[in-house]
Amino acid sequence: MTNLVDIPKVNAKNMTEKEFFYGHKACAGCGGSIAVRLALKVLGERTYTALPAGCMSAVGFIYPQMAFNTNAIITTFPGSASMASGIAVGAKALGQKDVKTVVFAGDGGTADIGFQALSGMIDRNDDVLYICYDNEAYMNTGIQKSGLTPYGTKTTTTPAGDNIPGTITHKKNLFEIIAAHDIAYAATASIGYPQDFLNKVNKAKHIKGATFIHVYASCPTGWGTPTETSVEIAKDAVDCGLIFLAEFEDGEYKLNRNPKQFAPVQDYLKKQGRFKHMSDADMQCVIDNRDKKWSRMRKHWL
Amino acid sequence: MDRPKKTEFKFPTHIDEYPTGPQYAAGYLPETNAGWRSVRPVVDHDACVYCLRCYLLCPDGTVVKDNGKITFDMDYCKGCGVCAHECPKDAIEMVKE
Repeated sequence: MTNLVDIPKVNAKNMTEKEFFYGHKACAGCGGSIAVRLALKVLGERTYTALPAGCMSAVGFIYPQMAFNTNAIITTFPGSASMASGIAVGAKALGQKDVKTVVFAGDGGTADIGFQALSGMIDRNDDVLYICYDNEAYMNTGIQKSGLTPYGTKTTTTPAGDNIPGTITHKKNLFEIIAAHDIAYAATASIGYPQDFLNKVNKAKHIKGATFIHVYASCPTGWGTPTETSVEIAKDAVDCGLIFLAEFEDGEYKLNRNPKQFAPVQDYLKKQGRFKHMSDADMQCVIDNRDKKWSRMRKHWL
Repeated sequence: MDRPKKTEFKFPTHIDEYPTGPQYAAGYLPETNAGWRSVRPVVDHDACVYCLRCYLLCPDGTVVKDNGKITFDMDYCKGCGVCAHECPKDAIEMVKE
């Protein structure tokens, strides 16, 4: 196994000038496209990219336009991980050594629809990097609730009104579910901390076997935020503790960022149209859930 | 500049001109995104410290490193304003088209 300490770091100054996700039709300020673009810049040209139905396949493959400059294919919605497994095994059979297979799936394509294929892929330990860009709803089809939609979010399938405050369930704990497979490497990241995300992709690139990165990517259209603030919102989510930056490696959890004091959750929620309707009691529910989660993480992961 | 350029789309007239798969070749871009834009980024090169935060965070990858200066590929900039908002020196301004 490669000694992970010796991996050359990738940053804005030394990363490749080539663009592998260019000229796509994503909405202005799309967070998911930042995640895909940065990850592909780290992984380089010799990458097989598999994308299930979702925003990134919808905006990259508008016939005859082809925004990906790597090998890329649209998979079935539930089968992205199994198709990537096949690609990785095929590349191995052909004797290709310097290639990496990567999946870019949204939160619905990972946590709900594509989950069984992902679980099987990790179980077989195929040489695939699975990146889930989490914009907290099915954005491509018009903002429906997914398993990773947090409490209180207004979506078209969970409208906020007198009876319910939007989504009534909390976010599924995807990172720990993946880690429970005893995966070689799993991490959470946010596009608000791009260098941290680059380091994690770079680490996963050099690990043979199944790896998983859950990256928090904002969506100005679905979240009701101005286009220019999409990176700021993703950073705020980490600062107020609703999103955590962690790694799972060699059976050990590691918390990358453990702030002494969180930024106010209210400020983060009030910036977004999808949380505008929330009452103080709903916000308290979000805060209580965050505190519960953090006390558990601090107890077991530090 | 290592970025794909706009290629004029010609409707295939012969069977050989059709792509072999369901897609054209990688980086085949028949149209630009410039028409989406209502504001465009303008860099103040004196204030810019070349930290490359805009380069890192541009969702469309249109920020170009041009011999120690920041320029933009205006064919594909959508005018989202992430670069101007994230600039630590406020060296980028969004100007109405």
